[in-house]
Amino acid sequence: METNLALLLLFAPFAGFLINIFFGKKISRTLSGTLGTIAVAVSFAVTVFFFLQVSSTKVPVMVDLFQWLTLQNFSVNFSFQLDQLSLLWLMFVTGIGTLIHVYSISYMHDDENINKFFAYLNLFIFFMITLVMGSNLLIMFIGWEGVGLCSYLLIGFWYKNQDYNDAAKKAFIMNRIGDLGFLIGIFILGYLFHTVEFTGMKSMIDNKWPINESLLGVAMLCLFIGACGKSAQIPLYTWLPDAMAGPTPVSALIHAATMVTAGIFMITRLNFLFNLTPDVLEIIAIVGAITSLVAASIGLVQNDIKKVLAYSTVSQLGLMFLALGLGAYEVAVFHVITHAFFKACLFLGSGSVIHALHGEQDMRNMGGLRKVMKITFITFLISTLAISGLPPLSGFFSKDEILLTAFHHNKPLWVIGSIASIMTAFYMFRLVYLTFYKDFRGTEEQKHHLHESPSLITFPLVVLAILAFFGGAISFPGMSWLNEYLAPVIAKPAVHEHLGTTEYILMGIAVAGAFLGIGLAYNKYISKGEVPPQDSEITGVAGVLYNKYYVDEIYTAIIVKPIYAIGSFFKNVTEVAISAFIFGLGKVAVLLGNEGKTIQNGSIGFYLLFFVLGVCSIIGYIFLVK
Amino acid sequence: MENILQEIGIDNYIYLATLLFCIGIFGVLYRRNAIVMFMSIEIMLNAVNLLLVAFSTYHQDAAGQVFVFFSMAVAAAEVAVGLAILVAVFRNHNGIDIDNLKNLKG
Repeated sequence: METNLALLLLFAPFAGFLINIFFGKKISRTLSGTLGTIAVAVSFAVTVFFFLQVSSTKVPVMVDLFQWLTLQNFSVNFSFQLDQLSLLWLMFVTGIGTLIHVYSISYMHDDENINKFFAYLNLFIFFMITLVMGSNLLIMFIGWEGVGLCSYLLIGFWYKNQDYNDAAKKAFIMNRIGDLGFLIGIFILGYLFHTVEFTGMKSMIDNKWPINESLLGVAMLCLFIGACGKSAQIPLYTWLPDAMAGPTPVSALIHAATMVTAGIFMITRLNFLFNLTPDVLEIIAIVGAITSLVAASIGLVQNDIKKVLAYSTVSQLGLMFLALGLGAYEVAVFHVITHAFFKACLFLGSGSVIHALHGEQDMRNMGGLRKVMKITFITFLISTLAISGLPPLSGFFSKDEILLTAFHHNKPLWVIGSIASIMTAFYMFRLVYLTFYKDFRGTEEQKHHLHESPSLITFPLVVLAILAFFGGAISFPGMSWLNEYLAPVIAKPAVHEHLGTTEYILMGIAVAGAFLGIGLAYNKYISKGEVPPQDSEITGVAGVLYNKYYVDEIYTAIIVKPIYAIGSFFKNVTEVAISAFIFGLGKVAVLLGNEGKTIQNGSIGFYLLFFVLGVCSIIGYIFLVK
Repeated sequence: MENILQEIGIDNYIYLATLLFCIGIFGVLYRRNAIVMFMSIEIMLNAVNLLLVAFSTYHQDAAGQVFVFFSMAVAAAEVAVGLAILVAVFRNHNGIDIDNLKNLKG
């Protein structure tokens, strides 16, 4: 029964994918979307069932299908593990997935390839479920690669635009770098433990299995590189902003709420191993903090509404990695969940705006939309308040817990995280003010067509906004349902200090920081009514930020260009030399043949002479030389 | 038998055979008449036969002489075939001067 249900959970989206990819053109456009949505909704329903079961019994459901591969003393089972952590992830993957499918029915309605879109989305959900449910690293790796593939397919969904194709390739290649790290990490762990099952490795750790610690450190570092690629951390983050080339629902689902959290999931899943390597954890914390600051600073000056949200995502992921690095896995998971709610809502809201403006994404050409798009505006505002960290919205609790943990463990990282949070408040309200306040700055024709989006679009927005508002309830400081729920899967819970004066002061500082950011944005864009200047007029520090610290240019200069140079060197020099050599050999053979042909003149006497000479030379060689 | 070799030493037979063989070779190389070349080849063959017989006697082993009989029989058959070919060549080319036979030219 449980096996069948788990398989249903896994394969419902896959069935949706198969139907949409093979018969999508034959069925109607609405039916295509509806089928895709139902497929994911089925998964969600099964997830809820398991979730309720496991949260009451506290016994994880193990689904062992078959033995996948066996080597001498190493075997891998094809099995799935539905424990607290994976069910939590499945809840929001399939839940938000369903909402975004609903949204896409309307959003993608006029696209000619809508069936392909839903096929890819379903395939993505399938792989994401595989990733989350896998009971060992190899199954997880299948899902890991699969979501990367779907991400590639969906970023390049509008394949007629070459820029979008390039963005897709960039995302894929950057992820490949991370995947290589992940794979090496798996190999090393397999070598160390003779198993890659999570439960197996955990029990070996619990039983004090002797481990080569430096090798384990290398493995953990490799796994972290994998997480960096998938979750867009320095230095592999540049693909995520470019990934905004995909349709907005894709950005919301894959590049904000679910796939990019896979790295955090993996590290949380292996927390019992990461605990053994504090040095790697410290690297994770530092990388996370720096990423959050760098991305937030870039977000300050972006003018593309989706780019702002993309950098915001990178920045928030950085905060999650900060929490992971400090060993506060449950706090990171908490932020993953609240972030999934409000960031999905923000992306879908921006999609609603883009939809109303017929593809316009530049905030300089927006403004005043609050009067026309009431629902979008209100939901967007709630999510913005949540991400800015204002109480009592969900983002306040999760972000505050991260900063609290940082304060207790590492003060410099707390400062970095706090600055990033202030920046977050600033750029998010900059976005809101530029988009929804003041007067409309677009063309008259666009103004004429402004409209609130249809209910299929606004419904997910409302649901997500409610979740973004109340999502913090799952983990109030002091009485956290989430921490208790996750206790079985987290080997060493972070120490939760009592809420004392320090903590309240820190909360006050965080809220004050958020108000500071909001106030700065208000002063600049409402009181002074500024509009960001045109691209050519952005100079100085803002220019550097606007051009993303020229990181793409640096990568192009130090990686892409040399590779091209090596390529052209091999093409123009080595290849030419080798082919000249080969052709030369051919020419020599032809020349020799032409000359040698004349020896065969048909004269028997001539032949005989050489025959005799040959025999004589053989005899001479045998008798005289030897 | 031993007397013969005592009277005329084995090295004389070797010299004779070598001489005959060389005569054969030069005959093949210098003469243009196919029949003469044929005869030269026969001389070479017989030089070898002579040598075989001489050594057979020297080693007191009859196998060499038996072998020569076979060799002569085969040579006779070969001569028959060879002469038949020459007759055919003569009919086609009105002569057996090998300088006129250039059909093997590549």
